[in-house]
Amino acid sequence: MIAKLFRFKGGVKPASHKDESANVPIRVAPLPSKLVIPLRQSARAMARCLVQPGQIVLKGEMIAAAEGPMCTVVHAPTSGTVRSIEPQPVPHPSGLPAPSIVIEPDGEDRWIDRKAFDFRSATSQETRNYLRDCGVVGLGGAGFPSHVKLGPGEKGIETLILNGAECEPWITCDDRLMRERADAILAGASIMRHITGARRVLVGIEDNKPQAIESMRAAVQKLGEPDIDVVAIPTRYPAGGEKQLIRVLTGIEIPYGKLGTHFGVQCFNVGSAAAIHRAIAHGEPLISRVLTLSGNMAHPGNFEVLIGTPVGELLPLAEPRADTNRYLVGGPMMGVVLQSLETPVIKGTNCILAGSPSLFPTPPPEMPCIRCGECAKVCPAELQPFEMYWYSRARIFGKAQEYSLFDCIECGCCSYVCPSRIPLVDYFRFAKGEIWAREKEKAAADLARERYEFRLAREEREKAEKAAKLAAKTAAGREKAAVAIAVAEKPATTPEEDAKKAMIAAALERAKAQKEQAHPENVSDLTPEQQAEIAAIENRRAEIREMAKPHVRQDD
Amino acid sequence: MNNSPYSLKPASVRSVMLRVLLALLPGIAVYVWFFGAAILVQIALASITALIAEAAMLKLRGKPVAMFLGDGSALVTAWLIALTFPPIAPWWVTVVGVLAAIVIAKHLYGGLGQNPFNPAMVAFALMIVAYPQLMSQWPAVGFTDFAPQLNAIFGPRQLDAITMATPLDALRTALHTADARATVAGVLGSNATFGNIGGKGWEWIAAAYCLGGAYLLQQRIITWHLPAAFLGALLLVSGGFSLVDAERFAAPSFHIFTGGAMLAAFFIVTDPVSGATTPKGKLIFAAGAALLTWIIRSFGAYPDGIAFAVLLMNIAAPLIDIHTQPPVFGHKRQDGDST
Repeated sequence: MIAKLFRFKGGVKPASHKDESANVPIRVAPLPSKLVIPLRQSARAMARCLVQPGQIVLKGEMIAAAEGPMCTVVHAPTSGTVRSIEPQPVPHPSGLPAPSIVIEPDGEDRWIDRKAFDFRSATSQETRNYLRDCGVVGLGGAGFPSHVKLGPGEKGIETLILNGAECEPWITCDDRLMRERADAILAGASIMRHITGARRVLVGIEDNKPQAIESMRAAVQKLGEPDIDVVAIPTRYPAGGEKQLIRVLTGIEIPYGKLGTHFGVQCFNVGSAAAIHRAIAHGEPLISRVLTLSGNMAHPGNFEVLIGTPVGELLPLAEPRADTNRYLVGGPMMGVVLQSLETPVIKGTNCILAGSPSLFPTPPPEMPCIRCGECAKVCPAELQPFEMYWYSRARIFGKAQEYSLFDCIECGCCSYVCPSRIPLVDYFRFAKGEIWAREKEKAAADLARERYEFRLAREEREKAEKAAKLAAKTAAGREKAAVAIAVAEKPATTPEEDAKKAMIAAALERAKAQKEQAHPENVSDLTPEQQAEIAAIENRRAEIREMAKPHVRQDD
Repeated sequence: MNNSPYSLKPASVRSVMLRVLLALLPGIAVYVWFFGAAILVQIALASITALIAEAAMLKLRGKPVAMFLGDGSALVTAWLIALTFPPIAPWWVTVVGVLAAIVIAKHLYGGLGQNPFNPAMVAFALMIVAYPQLMSQWPAVGFTDFAPQLNAIFGPRQLDAITMATPLDALRTALHTADARATVAGVLGSNATFGNIGGKGWEWIAAAYCLGGAYLLQQRIITWHLPAAFLGALLLVSGGFSLVDAERFAAPSFHIFTGGAMLAAFFIVTDPVSGATTPKGKLIFAAGAALLTWIIRSFGAYPDGIAFAVLLMNIAAPLIDIHTQPPVFGHKRQDGDST
């Protein structure tokens, strides 16, 4: 079946430089002297460290647990001793160190017990949890957790895309992987298809990799599953950008802010597919990857490298030339300068490129924009970069956003072609950073304002409640008074009330009469002497009371 | 330390400008063939004036002189001024024109990339308003004697023997003033100025400009939008009117192959700085310039209206751009409600 291909607008054709490293088979890099494993492997979440310094760990042992839905488990890449847990340099443009586990290998490379995972009898959720526990993230660069991407999303996944485009110059790790491990990649695709229930699988490979295409097609034949197509796509940077590849293969354009799953498509790097197969079929977590060492090197090539290997220990494998002045992590279009040779390889590291003044010369000074529109012609997001530049430079960020600044994927095509040598992407990164900072500030201010307003509102409410209570009280008082007055003014009572009153009055009468009768009874049978004696006693009491009175008064 | 991308396409403003100059060479060669070497003197004069003015302005503005002088943009302006001015105009006409373009139209507005108006067209418009007669004296076709031409430029002027009205001027004068019964066909047939389709000689220069334009298209320095819209609109409007009244309106082929139409289509409306930049905006911009050109040619007081037409469209360019923003990747279905 020949799939109908679509075009994405723009793009550039920089010199590919694939031959330097593509023709040597993948070699396994030797064990480094130490491994530095950042706890923040999946870019969006920090794992919780489970080990102590001095603890002995096995290859594949869980050393940090997944915290939160976007996090994946971290494993020891080889057996050895945990030396420390401390901030270490990581491959990030900021150059800021991040908390990492440092392991000293024991050289024995002893595995934990590995067991295949029976995904066919597991639910999708269980399989995805298993992949999370195997630390599987996207190997294309962004390091997005695969278990999240394999979730059903809003509409479910109808088309699964494997990204083997590898459009950045110099990088060949996916090319080599597809040539050498096509079966593993397709087995991974088959697992992902099982999890997602995708109807078809499309593998997009740039047509400058004929051997990879052939190898993948042969593997598809061998697998014998229906609706898997290996599609050769025109070589044009950035054809391997997720949105561009989806566009080329399916015609779907995913706007900024939407995910593939909104459109029933999901895209995975071929390396991620192989890692998924490895985790499921062999019970091996993601602890190594293939990366390209190329650029200004005597023996460029691809190497299977343990995650956490310091870049400095890898470089001798490809022998950088003497005039190397810097190293890039990633390709020349979107890579970042390596800040320190101590920086470890992480799951998203696909290439280390040695640069020299002649290979990547310092650009000539920036000239004014002449609005030639070359940047707009090559922009794969179909933006007007020169307009965005104008407003970013003038710090009119609102206007820059009106020109869809955030749709920019920072592929670098505009900077690549600009005859005025304006580092356009830098301006856009700057503008985005400023806008984010402002939004953060605004959010903080909004929160503070909301709190203040809430307090005001609460105070208002309490005041109102008090006033209402008071009003209610006085109203109630007035009502009572009104009732009393009404009762007092009432001239006649009802007959029942009269009867009641009469009964009460009669009862009172009777009680009074009984009391009067009873009192005389106590002294009724007394003799006259006894009565006189009582009277004398009473008199004495009265005298004593009289005598006591002034004394009491003096005391007062 | 710079950021990605680290590999850059070898491109520069200088290389763009130099290729534009290269594309003008065939037209200049044919120009010399039909009208003599005077044009080369004018080009040299304009170039030297432009470079001196550019250097002085850069210095005054505190900009790196060597870097900007080498970008070639002043030379493109100078050459376009020389090619649109009469080749036998007095030297000071060219010098004043170039100074107006470089000093006022370019640097006072902020220099390279900032000018809202096409500097060469500012120069032309200024000079034709200030010195309409000097700006209308063109050498007669085939009169290529260098000495009298040089004399016309630098010395006391003895012009009668060597000048002749341009085809557009001759047609306009004949139709508007000389004879109420004059027709396009009558004028074209009776006057030595006119060639097979345009002006004698002019039609060949126009063809050579077209060749240079094709080179610019092939080099991807210009896109098809501007020349196609300019020539297409000129064809349509002049064709329509000449169909209705062939006696009063010249044929479209005449309009395209005379005056500065071909130069404008490939070298003047294509100035990116002062023109519209979106694909749709370019079509509107160039078509508007063509329409105004035809109106001024047919009804106006000046023989050729390209300079005024372009300047008027320069004013409209920012507005055109705002209203013709192309939809962004992934937002195409919603483009109706985005603008």
